[in-house]
Order: sequence, then structure tokens, then C-alpha cells
Amino acid sequence: MISDDRNSGFSKLKTVNRRMFIFSAAKAVVFFGIVGRLFSLQISENKKYLTLSDKNRLRETRLPPVRGEFKDYFGKTIAGNLKVYQLHVVPEQVEDFRSLIVRLKDILNFNNEKLAKLIKIKNSQKPWETLVISENLTWSQFSRINFHLHELPGAKPVISVGRSYPFGESYTHVLGYVSQASPKDIISNDIIKDRNVPGLRVGKSGLEKKFENELIGTNGVQRYEVNAYGKRINQIDFKEGNKGKTINLTIDTEIQKLTSELLRDKAGSISVMDIYTGEIIAMNSSPSFDPNLFLYGIDNNLWNQIKKDPLKPLINKTVSGLYSPGSTIKPLVALSALENDVIRTNMKVECRGKVEMYEQKYHCWKKKGHGFMSLKNAIKQSCDIYFYELARLLGVDRLNITAEKFGLGKQVLGEYFLNEKKGIVPSTKWKKENLGQNWYLGETFITGIGQGYIQTNPLQLCLMTAQLANGGYKIYPKIRVDENQNSYEMIKQKMLENEFEAKKKDNALIKATEEFLKPSIKEYEPLYRNPENVKFVLDAMFKSTNEIYGTSYSSRIDDPKYQFAGKTGTSQVKRITEEERELDLELSQIPYRNRDHAWFIAFGPYKNPRYAMSILVEHGGSGSKAAAPLAKKLMKAVIDRHEDRQNKNGLKI
Amino acid sequence: MRDSISFSNQLTFFQKLRSFDYILLLCVMLIGLIGIFSMYSTDGGEILYHTKNHALRFCIFFSMMIAISFINIRTWHALSYLFYFVTLLLLIWASFYGITASGSQRWINLYFINLQPSELMKIAIIACFAKYYHRAQIHTMNKFTNIFFPIVILVLPTFLVITQPDLGTSILIAISGIIVLWLAGVNVKYFFYSFLLFIISAPFIISFLKPYQKLRILTFFDPDKDPLGAGYQIIQSKIAVGSGGLTGKGFLKGTQGYLEFLPEKHTDFIFTLYSEEFGFLGSLILLILYAILIFRIIRIGSLSRSFFAKIFCYGFGSAIFIYITVNMSMVLGLLPIVGSPLPIMSYGGSSMLATMIGLGIVMSSKIYSREQIS
Repeated sequence: MISDDRNSGFSKLKTVNRRMFIFSAAKAVVFFGIVGRLFSLQISENKKYLTLSDKNRLRETRLPPVRGEFKDYFGKTIAGNLKVYQLHVVPEQVEDFRSLIVRLKDILNFNNEKLAKLIKIKNSQKPWETLVISENLTWSQFSRINFHLHELPGAKPVISVGRSYPFGESYTHVLGYVSQASPKDIISNDIIKDRNVPGLRVGKSGLEKKFENELIGTNGVQRYEVNAYGKRINQIDFKEGNKGKTINLTIDTEIQKLTSELLRDKAGSISVMDIYTGEIIAMNSSPSFDPNLFLYGIDNNLWNQIKKDPLKPLINKTVSGLYSPGSTIKPLVALSALENDVIRTNMKVECRGKVEMYEQKYHCWKKKGHGFMSLKNAIKQSCDIYFYELARLLGVDRLNITAEKFGLGKQVLGEYFLNEKKGIVPSTKWKKENLGQNWYLGETFITGIGQGYIQTNPLQLCLMTAQLANGGYKIYPKIRVDENQNSYEMIKQKMLENEFEAKKKDNALIKATEEFLKPSIKEYEPLYRNPENVKFVLDAMFKSTNEIYGTSYSSRIDDPKYQFAGKTGTSQVKRITEEERELDLELSQIPYRNRDHAWFIAFGPYKNPRYAMSILVEHGGSGSKAAAPLAKKLMKAVIDRHEDRQNKNGLKI
Repeated sequence: MRDSISFSNQLTFFQKLRSFDYILLLCVMLIGLIGIFSMYSTDGGEILYHTKNHALRFCIFFSMMIAISFINIRTWHALSYLFYFVTLLLLIWASFYGITASGSQRWINLYFINLQPSELMKIAIIACFAKYYHRAQIHTMNKFTNIFFPIVILVLPTFLVITQPDLGTSILIAISGIIVLWLAGVNVKYFFYSFLLFIISAPFIISFLKPYQKLRILTFFDPDKDPLGAGYQIIQSKIAVGSGGLTGKGFLKGTQGYLEFLPEKHTDFIFTLYSEEFGFLGSLILLILYAILIFRIIRIGSLSRSFFAKIFCYGFGSAIFIYITVNMSMVLGLLPIVGSPLPIMSYGGSSMLATMIGLGIVMSSKIYSREQIS
């Protein structure tokens, strides 16, 4: 028994030790397995997990980019930045949104309407998207928020960048305005998408929108270490963003402000252009609105009021408004006729106030008629009868060619303004293609006095005037300062060379053929065939302003320093019936909507022209009464600024 | 035989001191120290609640271990069944009057400590089996009663713990028990049959599991499915360990732990925190310390004359190995997340108490290794 026990004990011992040995071997294997796992995590995949760990703990806060500024020709800031205090909330990070918002309502004195609006916005966006509670807090509101911050979990006071327009409504139609980026803005522009931060403001119209990508700047970045609950522990680093590009415009704020003044309480447009460099010196449209309103989040009533205003303050009439040019087209019609050798300057037409052609009556603005008119006098006194005849002889298609040469029917600034309209310069082909009808001769007559199908925007007329005034050379309109801009002297030199060549070409037919075979695109190319024709038209315009019986005689300036030449225009907005013609109503007796648009185009100083302008007063009545007087004040101011502008140029070089 | 017994009984204090396994003691102290430093790190580099408690417990229970080791192994043999029954009663007590925390009723309030009987059961089951198989003869080993009673002994506490519910601990109790059964010489075929039975009944067991436990198992297979929910712990733990690299981020510089991305960093995930701060080399050192610890325990077992001491040491050494393996595999994403502390390192009084009792008995086996128990 004892030996049995011993045997048994011995075999038991053997079993136990054997099994322990097997198990120990297994343990060793498992230990190596764990070591292997540690190796793979900590050595092989260390990089991956290190990145993940940093991603865990580091949070980047992107700061709003600082928007580039707009400066006028003289370096004056016309759109700048200012600090604004905002309040953001990320609904996802707020435990009790409702109580937070009610608390904020008390602190910031919201009304219930604003509260409801906020809740509506909150419900329309994703819970992790930042809700901008207030775009612009006053300093006292901002400090009150900061004071109560401990009882406002989830509220984030943010210092952001706002836009300020020191000259208010003067520049609205040029610069446009900025406002909080909408989902559409973000989707349609990759750069905005890339740089977007809550409360970012982007250009909504005008040059602010056009130059968005240059203006926007880059985000600053703040990196924070956060804990698992997203609480900021400390700042790791801070990278300042780059401010957006500063954009210099060719506009002179003094003139721009004056144009605002001149158009006050009127609907209309004024543009002023350098006839050599093509630089736009002023460009305004009225009525306007204060773009600073958007900084504070414009209230709905005011916005609706602006939107519904019958004078259309939201439309930049200078480039987006289309009007019949009226008599301002007459210099061009005359030039076209001369260029095409249709008439001689001494052709006479008798004006009896009306004329019947092809069983249709056509009227002159002067009921009594002008009597016998020469071409020069017809321009000077704006005789309609003469131009009916001229148009008849010329034909609409030849007029079309000249008009397009001088910039009508094409965008002037093209890419700069997204909604610039081309206008219409009709031709027989145009009518066939667009209206599917044949051209009637009667339509040629009224085209000759700038009525009918022809439509232009005010800037096109300004460009046309400029290209006439410089002697008939193509120029390149611009609103942004071009560092490589040719100086006035160089341009003048090129134009002279071009004139010399053009004359040579006239003399030597062979050379002309050569030119024809290998046409070269020339800068500042002549738009005429014979420079004398242009000179003739300019002289007629001079007489129109500076000689008695001229249509803008009463707006003349005798001082040769300011003396200018111009052409009035009065464009009908509706067909005048025979009864109305008989009634001959005073302007004030006609309903506003039916009053004529008043036009005036001008250039000066006459001795050595440098600036051209176009003025439109919507429903202002006659050009000579409503538009020309504005030119008198404007021309004086523009010429007074000439020296400063030249000096600025000198300094730049 | 009797001589040797009487000789042992008369060991002087210094003889006892001399026969301590000092390498084992050193390992325990080093691991304990690492544990205290890790706890200091979880407190953010300050001596706060966790550090203080952990250090205090370590000191108390370490002294207790020394005290236990001075008591003759025969006494522990004699007390084994009692230890088991008392622990079982405590488990039953806990399931009625226990303190509930995080959805599980597993603690008994003893005023100076919140005792978790399931932790004690991890040791008790080994002691109980050691005594049971100390008596059993090799030829009676596979008799029905010798299979039946151990199964009852094993299933009772496992079931009680699983209903607390505490899946992790119950699995560890079961595995510790099964390992002892196997070491003691139970025929391999029974393990094979039970394994088959387990596979067949697995679907039923799974249907018996709580939803969160099911989720944990599912999460283990695909932690990225729900990275902020059920998969969060495992992902963050892997990030912490992985970002540690070769030498770690440095003491008190583990961002995952410091910034509170690590869940349960005091208890189950203490190794993650340590590994993030001390890297692959630090982890390797800790693993080697544990390996030495286990090796020494098993060596003591192999030197012991009595089967009780031998089986207990083998069983306890293996159990420690299992705890470590399960805990580390869990935090390294090799096993599903089940609650299982890392011995000595993890914060938790009961776990520390149980481990120290176990180590005390092992040390007693060393001192009284010549002791033969009839």
C-alpha cells in the first residue's frame, strides 16, 4: 500500500511536472507573441500611431483671413478692414442650447424675432456647423459676454475682420459689398471653400466679388492641445495668415464723391475716362446704398426697401443699364457718313420740323424746324431731320461697322463687372438673326438719331467719346491701376506714328495691300480712314457747346483751361403720339416713368483734350437741361485734379 | 519524514528570512514601484488620491505577504477549503447586499476597504483545487467523483461572478481553475470533451450575454466600426501604445493619458499608459520582470515537496501568467475588452490583496519547501 502510494505519488509528480513543463513552453511562446505585438505597434507602426496621437490632441483653429484693401488712384483707402466682435456657438458642443440662447438673449438684449431667426438658422444647419449668433457686437456687448462666459458653456466670443467703406455709397457700384459667405458662395468658389471660417465675409457684387481670390488672403492658424473632452489645454503655435492683395483703382475719390453729389436725388450714371490711358477716373450710378449696412447685418425691412426701390439702387446703371443713346450717337453717324464718303460736309438739308418719308411722318425735336442745315450745324443744333436723311444715305449696316469700331455693342470692362451688358448695335443681319424679320428703312431713320433698336450703356458712350476725342484711336479702358501702363506721352507718340502710317497707306496702295496680307494687331490703332473726318466731328461738338444755338451752349465754360465740347441727347422711353406732341407738356406734367432720359457726352479741355465723360439722368427730360449742366461742374473739377494726377504719375515713376 | 517535519517547524526567524526568495521579492517590489510611478503619472504628476492609495495598499499588502510567508504552509493547506467557502459566501453576500457601481454588483463594503470577493476567488479556487488534488491519488484521479466535485467547485463561483455581471473575472476564475485541473493530472480527454461542449453551446452562451458584452466582442473584431463608441477604448489604447515608440514619450509626458483619451487608465489600461511613456524598451523590461516573477514562482513549486504547495505554485504562477496575458492582449487589441486588471500594477485593493495572498502562500512554500503534508 505504502509502495503503491509512493508509486502513485511518483507518477503524479511526473505528470504534474510534465504538464507544467508543457505549459511553461506555451507561456514562453505567448510572451514572445506579446513582445512581437508590442514591436509591431511601437516600432513598425510607430509613425502611424504618432500621427494619430497628434491628431487626437492637436486642434487647429483657423483664423479669418484679413481681406486686401481697395485704394484709389492716390492711395486713399476706399475699402478697408476693421475689427469686429462676433459671437459664435457650435450647437453640437452645447448641452442645453435653449437655455444658452435665452441667457444670451438677456445679455445681448435680443428681441424675440431675432431669437426665432437664430433658432431657424440653427435648425437648418448641421449640428457641428458654427452658428453665428451675432456678426457684430459692440465693445460693451462683447465684454459683457466675456464677463459672463463661465455661465455660457459653448459660447465663443470671436474677434473677426469686418469691412468698412469710408466713402459709403459713393463706391457701392464700383466695389460692391461683402457679406457673410453663403453656402452658394462656398460651393462655387474653391478658394472660399478652402479658406472658409465661420463668419467669413466675401464679396457679393462688384469688384469685391470679381477680385475675391486676390483679396481674400490666407488664414492664420492657431494650434491648441486639447484633452479628450475638447477642452483647450495650451497653445502650441500660432501662424499669422497673409493679408489679401491690395488693389489699386484708377478712380479719383474726389471726383467720385462729386459724381455722387451731382447725382443726388436722381437716377442716373456718370463716367469719366482718361482718353489716352483709358483709366476710369469716376464711375457712378445712382441711386446707391451704403455698403457699410452689411457689416452690421442689414435688417430685412431696409433690405426689402432697397430691393423694391423703383429707382433700382442695386443695379449698376453704368455697365448694366441699357438705354437708347439718343442724339449722342449723332457725331458717330456723321463720322460714319464722312468715312464712307456718303456725303460731303457741305450737304444741305432743309428742316421744317417734320418730314414725310415712305408714307410715315418723322419729327424733329424742334417743332418749327431748323431751316437749311449743313452737317456741322446739324450736329451743333442736333437736327433730327438732317440725320434721318444722313442715315438714309448711309444705311444701318455701315453705321453698325463704325459704331462697333468705336466700342458700342461690346463690353467695355468685360471681365471686371460680371453683369456688364453689351447693348445692341442693330444691323440688317442682326435683325434677321435675332428677330427673324427684315429691316425696314424707317428703322434706319430712327437709328440715325439714336432711337429704335440701338441700346448702349453709359460707359460705352464714355468710351466712344474718349475714342473720338483722342483723334480717333483705340484705347484700353481700365479701372485697376496697371503698373505697366504706357505714359500719356508714349501713347500720344504711338498714335502719331499710327496716323503717319495711315496717311502713307492712303498714298501708297501697294503698302496697303501688304498690310492687308499680313495684318498686325497694333496698339492704339486708328479707328478712322481719314483723320480729318474725326477733326470735323470734334469741331462740330465744340460748336454745339460753345457757339450760340448749340444745344449745350448754356453749360459752356469760356475759360480755355476748362473749355469743353459735348453733345446732348434726349432719348425717348416711349413712342410719342400725335396728341402728346400737340399738347407739348412741361416735364413736370409728364408721369416720371414716361419722361425722356437726359444724356450728355463731353470731352475737354478742348485745346488739348484729356478727359471724356458721359452723363445720364434717367427720366431727367432734355439732355441740355438735365445732363449738360452737370458736365460743367464735373469737367471743371476733373481738370482741376489733372495736375495732381500727373504729379502722382511722376511720383510713381 | 517526521524528523524533517519537526525540523521545519522549528525554523528560527533568521532561517526563515534566509530562505526567502529574494529575487522574487525584488521583482514584486520593482513591479510595485513601476505601478506607483504609473499611478503618479495618471494623477498628472502629482501625489493625489490614486497614487496615495495605491502606494499605501502596496505597502500594507506587501507586509501582509511577508507575514503570510512566515506561517507554515501546513496551516495554509489546512485553511484552504475554509478560504474557498468563506470567499464563496462573500460572493453570495455580494450578489445580495453588494455595492453596485457601473452596472455591476461586485463589491462588499468592509468600511476600510471595498472588497471584491471575485478577485479573492481567483486565489481561493487555486488553493482549493491544490488541496483537493493534494489528496487525490493518480489512479482515482479520473473517477466520476473526482471530476464531478471539482466541476461543482469551479462552476459555482464562476456562475456567481458572471451574474454580477463581471465577464472578465469569471473567465479568469474559470481559466485559473481549469489550468489547475489540467496540471493536477485530469485526463486530457475531459478537456477535449468540455471544449467540444463549449463550442456547441457557444451560441447559447452568447445569447445569454448582456448586450454591452456582445458589443465588446463584436467591437473586438472590428473596432473601427464605431470609433467613438464601443471601439473607442481599443483604438485609443492602440494609439497610445503605438505612439510610444522605442523609448516612449517620457515620464509624465504621455499625451494620451494626460489628456484623458485613455479610458480606465488607473486600472485595466495602466499598461497602456506605462507603455506610452516608456516605450518598447520600458514594456520589455516590465515583461521581463513579470517573466522572472512567474519563473520564480514555478521554480518554488518544483522545489516544494508537498503536492499542495507544488500545485498551488504551479497554478498560481500560471494564473498570474494568464492575468498578464489577458490584460496585455486586451490593451494591445489582441483580445476583446473584458475587465481584467494587471497584477500588482493596476489600481484596485482586492486585486492587490489577492495577488499578495497568493504570493505569500508561494513564499511560505519556499520557506517550508521541505514540509511534507500527509
